[in-house]
Amino acid sequence: MIPWERAGETVMTKIDRREATVLRGLVMQIDGMLRQRQDESPQDELAELTGIRTGPSSAPQDPILARLLPDFHRLDDHESSGEERDSAAALRSLHEPELLDLKTGVAAVVLDTCPPNGGTVKLSLEQAEAWLSAVNDVRLALGTTLDVTDDMPEELPEDDPRSPHLGVYQWLTWLQEHLVLALSPESDASDADG
Amino acid sequence: MDDMSVRMTMHVEETQTAPIGSEFAVEDKPWQTIVWNDPVNLMSYVTYVFQKLFGYSREHATKLMLDVHHKGKAIVSSGSKDKVEVDVAKLHAAGLWATMEHPS
Repeated sequence: MIPWERAGETVMTKIDRREATVLRGLVMQIDGMLRQRQDESPQDELAELTGIRTGPSSAPQDPILARLLPDFHRLDDHESSGEERDSAAALRSLHEPELLDLKTGVAAVVLDTCPPNGGTVKLSLEQAEAWLSAVNDVRLALGTTLDVTDDMPEELPEDDPRSPHLGVYQWLTWLQEHLVLALSPESDASDADG
Repeated sequence: MDDMSVRMTMHVEETQTAPIGSEFAVEDKPWQTIVWNDPVNLMSYVTYVFQKLFGYSREHATKLMLDVHHKGKAIVSSGSKDKVEVDVAKLHAAGLWATMEHPS
């Protein structure tokens, strides 16, 4: 892969076959988890009549989904009150369906625009924004699984079972970092320099 | 937060000390959007999201990001409950760890 290049309203890179396979595979996995959560949403006749969807009121048990779909209030500290728990449940139920739509939406953009066998990735700015969110979701998921911490070393000991996956995480970090750079406002100015 | 319970507690326990009108001050305080530090989100990405979602200058967005990074959290916006609720939902869509609080 080469760093993303911005040309006007387009952002481009090249991705090889192996990278495309890894990225698409991870995005599909996250997308599958999100869709499963969507299917668990309570079905009621009133919602079908009114079109107002309600999601589950409690946080997912799965740590990855819990990180992708956070609570609206901080509930893990000792000060959280019963009112806050009730409010968090109501807000989750209200907002989670849309959040799930947005997250599966950005995943779909990556799957539509990342060639399965590798090659050129050419994105509009809107599609690039979707990539940014989708890649971030994958990094959040991997970061949760790998138990990434602020002071994690660049390489883990060979016998650490997380060691092979850390490379993928770091590659996605690189990909995202360069995409932010390409999309950041000041990169317009640097474009003028060539 | 249930304002009634706050008032009742005040009347029972702090009838003598609570200044007149303090119960209204609680209601008037704006809600706050809090972003918490996490080890995955990139500093550059968090700054970018603050600029993009809130229209903050690069300078202000960077300051907020550094507060999140060094202090563990930052108040990134405030206002009515509805506004803050929308802000938190947008931050969740971007993958940031955000919550809302009503300071009392």
